[in-house]
Amino acid sequence: MNDWWSALFDFSDYGELLALLQNSILAGAVLGIVGGLVGVFVMSRDLAFAVHGISELSFAGAAAALLFGIGVVEGAIVGSIVAAAIIGLLGVRARERNSITAVLMPFGLGLGILCLSLYTGRASNKFGLLTGQIVAIDDPRLGALAIVSAIVVIGLLVIWRPLAFASADPEVAAARGVPVRGLSLGFMLLLGLAVAASVQIVGALLVLSILVTPAAAALRISSSPIVVPILSTVFAVVSLVGGILLALGASVPISPYVTTISFLIYVVCRLAGRRAAKRARMVRA
Amino acid sequence: MSLAPVLSLRSAELTLGGRVLWSGLDLDVLPGEFVAVLGSNGSGKTSLLNAVLGQHPLSAGEGRFLGEPLRRGDRRIGYIPQHRLPDDTVMLRGRDLVGLGVDGHRWGPGLPSRERAKQIDELLDAVGASHYARVPVTRLSGGEQQRLRIGQALATDPQLLLCDEPLSSLDLHAQRVVTDLIDKHRRERGFGVLFVTHDVNPILDRVDRVLYLANHEFRIGTPDEVLRSEVLSELYRSPVDVIRAAGRVIIVGAPDEHHTHDHHAVAP
Repeated sequence: MNDWWSALFDFSDYGELLALLQNSILAGAVLGIVGGLVGVFVMSRDLAFAVHGISELSFAGAAAALLFGIGVVEGAIVGSIVAAAIIGLLGVRARERNSITAVLMPFGLGLGILCLSLYTGRASNKFGLLTGQIVAIDDPRLGALAIVSAIVVIGLLVIWRPLAFASADPEVAAARGVPVRGLSLGFMLLLGLAVAASVQIVGALLVLSILVTPAAAALRISSSPIVVPILSTVFAVVSLVGGILLALGASVPISPYVTTISFLIYVVCRLAGRRAAKRARMVRA
Repeated sequence: MSLAPVLSLRSAELTLGGRVLWSGLDLDVLPGEFVAVLGSNGSGKTSLLNAVLGQHPLSAGEGRFLGEPLRRGDRRIGYIPQHRLPDDTVMLRGRDLVGLGVDGHRWGPGLPSRERAKQIDELLDAVGASHYARVPVTRLSGGEQQRLRIGQALATDPQLLLCDEPLSSLDLHAQRVVTDLIDKHRRERGFGVLFVTHDVNPILDRVDRVLYLANHEFRIGTPDEVLRSEVLSELYRSPVDVIRAAGRVIIVGAPDEHHTHDHHAVAP
């Protein structure tokens, strides 16, 4: 029992570790901003399952890149973008989108597993792509992450209003001349980039905890188009940075910490949201 | 009347998947005029609205809005769709729905401003929706949502309002409220209304003219001119009975377009 505890939480030499893992903490904060903002539209466009599909293809791309000795970041991005484009182009309606995602997902996972089993390098690289890692973030990797994140955040801010219109109210948006189809594809590409960036840190299997859970939690307690993105971003940053800080001295991967924090935030928001809804009903009645 | 029409169609024809929905359609909608578009399922009522919105080009003939050829995204055309409950993953309160009508088409994140808030407040007030401005739209009734839709459509000061079954799945009281609101604003602001509906009764005492689409053809006129057994029987080329009772119109025996089953379009 004590062994388990010290494997999970070990805060000895914390200060030194903190300095060593500064990059990871920065990466976590940047990713939190991306995940929190993108997640809002993942929720309002009902893309949670698509995110999961894209992340498996991103994993396949990263695994292939590892095998062939090219950049893992680039591989993850290529895999993500290909998946996002396919899902965006073929899956206009939710039902089609789900089936296409379900077809792509196991294929990507299989491909990734194949590449990893052929790979003879360090084993921690392999496992990290699926379940996340914090130690492997060197300066160039952090730089790549920052560039990708900047593209996503700036791109998202530019299309924010029409995308919100097209997501909430597609028929009227189209009638008012909002390019609904183009925005949908544009968002899928940004989503692809966001997934590729997230896979680096939390791993392919747990991307949803950054790109869906924080936004889902925020939507439980607010419907304001200003409050929801802010809360969602705060939740995502807290999950990631908090997870990294807790995981620092531990010998297990970072992802269980991140996913647990983001899950707990969701549970709290759900409970709080239920009470708020009850109060609102009483006020209106 | 000497007013220039806001919408004008000449010999207009629309095909959908190689099938002619209607052809030879001449229609003028005048400022402030309320025109109902009736017809069976599949007669091309909604497609007419899509054509006016520039989303579905006419296959023949000509369409003009305020004298200019029909085009996509003209925000002087307002649009009110069928009420459909959004799911609760959407971040949208009453005032946000109206706000989308104000500037939802613009690029950028759209930071809140006092001017914008004032405009939204005025629109909410105009449709009597101020008291639920901050309630999430998912918790609003169909009638409440449709009021907001009207406010949303009024945001760009439209010259023409297109309504696609805005009353369906509303209760009788809400139907009346929504109809009254559209009627009031078209009189005050002088915009034309093209109102697609499967049931003319909720708006019967408000419409100026009726466009009845059937069998690739059409009839236009006042409700009394068009909603008659002989007129509709001729249009459908089969016996149709129009029964008037207690101020309501009931159309019996109108077949659906391209449906084999015998459907009686009886208004509820």
